[in-house]
Amino acid sequence: MTTKLFGAPITRREDPRLVSGNGKYLDDLGAGALAAAFVRSPYAHARIVDIDVSGALDVEGVVAIYTHEDLDGAVADRLPLLIPHPALTAPMVAYPLAPTHVKHVGEPVVMVVAADRYVAEDACGRIRVDYEQLPPVVGVEAARAATHLVHEEAPGNVAAHLVQEVGDARAAVAAAPHRLELDLFIDRSASMPMEGKGVLAQWNADDQMMRIYSSTQTATGVRASVAAKLGLPLAKVECIAPDIGGGFGAKIMHPWAEEVLVPWAARRLNRDVKWVEDRREHFISSTHERSQVQHVEVGFDDDGRVLGLDVTFWHDNGAYTPYGIIVPIITSTQLLGPYKPGAYRVEFFSLYTTTVIVTPYRGAGRPQGVYAMERTMDAIADYLGKDRADVRSANFILPEEMPYDHGLLFQDGRPYKYDSGDFPGSLAKLKALVGWDEWADYRAAAEAEGRRVGLGIGCYVEGTGVGPYEGGHVQVETSGRVNVATGLTTQGQGHQTAFAQIVADELGVPIDDVYVTTGDTRKMAYAVGTFASRAAVVSGNAVALAARAVRAKALRLAANALEVDEADLEIVDGIVRVVGSPESAIPLGTLSVLSNPLRYAFDEAAKAATQFAGAADFSKPPVADDEEPGLEGRDFFSPTQSTFANGMHAAIVETDPVTAEITILRYCVIHDCGNLINPMIVEGQVHGGVGQGVGGALYERMVYDDAGQLLNASFMDFLMPYASEVPHVETDHLMTPSPLNPLGVKGAGEAGCIPVTAVIASAIEDAEGFPIRSMPISPVELWELRRRHAAGELPSLRRHTAATS
Amino acid sequence: MTTHPATGEALHTVSVVVNGGLRTAQVPARRLLSDFLRHDLGLTGTHVGCEHGVCGACTVLVDGAPMRSCLMFAVSAEGHEITTVEGLAARSGAAEGDLGPVQQAFIDSHGLQCGFCTPGFLTTVTAYLESNPDPTPDEAREAISGNLCRCTGYQNIVTAVCRAAELIEERGI
Ligand code: FES
Ligand code: FES
Repeated sequence: MTTKLFGAPITRREDPRLVSGNGKYLDDLGAGALAAAFVRSPYAHARIVDIDVSGALDVEGVVAIYTHEDLDGAVADRLPLLIPHPALTAPMVAYPLAPTHVKHVGEPVVMVVAADRYVAEDACGRIRVDYEQLPPVVGVEAARAATHLVHEEAPGNVAAHLVQEVGDARAAVAAAPHRLELDLFIDRSASMPMEGKGVLAQWNADDQMMRIYSSTQTATGVRASVAAKLGLPLAKVECIAPDIGGGFGAKIMHPWAEEVLVPWAARRLNRDVKWVEDRREHFISSTHERSQVQHVEVGFDDDGRVLGLDVTFWHDNGAYTPYGIIVPIITSTQLLGPYKPGAYRVEFFSLYTTTVIVTPYRGAGRPQGVYAMERTMDAIADYLGKDRADVRSANFILPEEMPYDHGLLFQDGRPYKYDSGDFPGSLAKLKALVGWDEWADYRAAAEAEGRRVGLGIGCYVEGTGVGPYEGGHVQVETSGRVNVATGLTTQGQGHQTAFAQIVADELGVPIDDVYVTTGDTRKMAYAVGTFASRAAVVSGNAVALAARAVRAKALRLAANALEVDEADLEIVDGIVRVVGSPESAIPLGTLSVLSNPLRYAFDEAAKAATQFAGAADFSKPPVADDEEPGLEGRDFFSPTQSTFANGMHAAIVETDPVTAEITILRYCVIHDCGNLINPMIVEGQVHGGVGQGVGGALYERMVYDDAGQLLNASFMDFLMPYASEVPHVETDHLMTPSPLNPLGVKGAGEAGCIPVTAVIASAIEDAEGFPIRSMPISPVELWELRRRHAAGELPSLRRHTAATS
Repeated sequence: MTTHPATGEALHTVSVVVNGGLRTAQVPARRLLSDFLRHDLGLTGTHVGCEHGVCGACTVLVDGAPMRSCLMFAVSAEGHEITTVEGLAARSGAAEGDLGPVQQAFIDSHGLQCGFCTPGFLTTVTAYLESNPDPTPDEAREAISGNLCRCTGYQNIVTAVCRAAELIEERGI
């Protein structure tokens, strides 16, 4: 019996290549291509008065210089609004090169193509652009005040306004025995993959074909959008996502201006052209996320049960809205987490500012929502003097209430309905892991040593595996090699391993025979992309279904060849054999030969497959009416709705009584993403997510000054955590299978980062005894809060007052 | 003095021993060592994550010591000996086609996800273990605290460093 690979923590098939320096990332391709560089706006908001490129024309090695006026066809139009929404009443999208106005520092204005990047940047330095500066709009408060507008077309700087309500939440809050209000802020961070964006375009003038390599999370999206922009038939454009050095959401946005301009220039110049984003460009002209001002009003009973929840928040969407309002929509729904308030109302305003655009970053609005909900849970517990875990329990949706329909619409426009989950089970595991019930002793022991410690908790539910679909193609070659293709892309999630595990099991072949290709429109033209923790769910099931189709065909062919009943056959190690009499067997490779009758013999396998080989039944065609040649199959998986994973985290932090330095002593994770394809990979995803979450909670923020300059646009000043800042992560899993797909899996990609800000805020608040309402938090900010608390400007937590009085 | 045919820049001859072989090329004075390795020598395993010396993705060994190749000019490498990720297996004495112990340890411990930062970690860890063959997990964490990874949360990289130490010991390198 072949050992089952699904569920096994096997090492990754991609790794030998990647640890040897044989990965092929975007900038490793296209040796000899011309290099592009951009002149970008130095101002947050300005009118372009004049562009003088004359100084750059005689720089040796410069091939072309383009401004908006040089662009033609649809490339001269605005970039597409990718995800329209009825509530997005004032959508604004940038041009590939700004024609008249710039709306954030970093917006591209001039494109230079040269022999290499050094020279291209020399030329950029000699181009003079005159600007008339206009008033910047920086931060949510300035956007709300609307003293100045980012776009004339968006009155009040409002891009979108949306209200969703289940029950009469305001009445429920008003009628509740207890009420609280919370004002919460969370600042900007960014995906910040170690590899920036990049695009290489190769125009084949003979074939009139465009090949694009892009460091993207959606090869099909880039292909279709660039074809549309360049006016090329889809059949004449192909896009390949090579090895990608991380994405975390930044690369699902598309087409970036550069993804349109580089192919456009390649065709125009009939030369290969490449652009590789440098780190500063990534900071000022890619994408950020997280910044929201949130106001919560909650009414609850004596047990802490939430009777009414009324949330209003203001989302900073930056200068443009090409990716629609996915982020605030996710906040507004996923805020509810594992809880079931009696009535819920949520209203948000998505606001323009003259800063870098906002599109999903790992977690995609969930960290903000979880932060709002979990701060609220802690506040309720404190108000009632109850245990924080008990208040959460009182509000949990119970396993027997699944599936649970919240009565809202989710990001895919479909009902927001949880499929499964065991929240009390998760909480019990978390309490055991972190030692919740022994906390008082732990704290007392620490306090006896003069140390200040706090315990924090955060729970979340994550909609994963969002549709509409992905496809799988599985093909067995005559050698027995199994080629698997799915269209979504890979940025480190180990798809070449996880999908091979699935196919090896379904088909009954050794994993070493299975080769997986992702993100190549030549291999799979129908695909959506890698985001929303959807790859394992949607592509995983698609390749499973495709493998099942191949298996069925193999059994059909084998039954015919061996003259036995299909039901008596099994496939073991790539060989179809009769159960109980393994000598009656035929390898899949041979079946591949049989499936493809040939006229020409070009090798041994083909010789066996010529139409003149062996006996034939001349009453039948060589390929049966309802068959196709080849041992291959294709299928698609299209889920009816998202599947909902969940998790609960707890942290113990220590805050230095003097310096206010914050140290995470322990970090515990309970994670439930249904059946695990490869536990090692899932665990790695959780670790990575927590690492990013810690960055977002304690270190990372985009520091804009009032003029709209990003002051910390480098790794020197934007503090991504090193190993010294990320705690050891302790994990435990629950496996509540999803009933919504054949493999019973849920997504895991984003989970780790979602509750971290909430958990750390909860722990610091517990350590300090006053409310934490603004994140991330630095030692300086904590020190300032202590000062204000001591001055009586900040209230104490009730339980802290009770405990210390 | 020769000049670059396309850009007209003055070129300088650089001779460096890279992964055990002498490599000579003509480069402009301002050519970064990282670009030289990647684009002139085609050794694209060395990655560039920031080009300002913070992320460590571009780390190579210069005369055995970890250096950020984005902070060095190619001309300053003249006469020095460089090991890139492509040369780590051979440097460890692994048989042709096999992996070195640090590389193997990263695979065993799932110490990489996207793999972009990995060459910088592998070179850094290789040099570290040569002078600290038996680190504790805390020391291992400290040793990798100058390299950024956005994917792994570092936990499995710490494990990989300790695993690599074991493999080196086992292999008697
Ligand atoms: S690329 Fe050299 S340190 Fe980041
Ligand atoms: S593995 Fe992706 S940055 Fe480290």
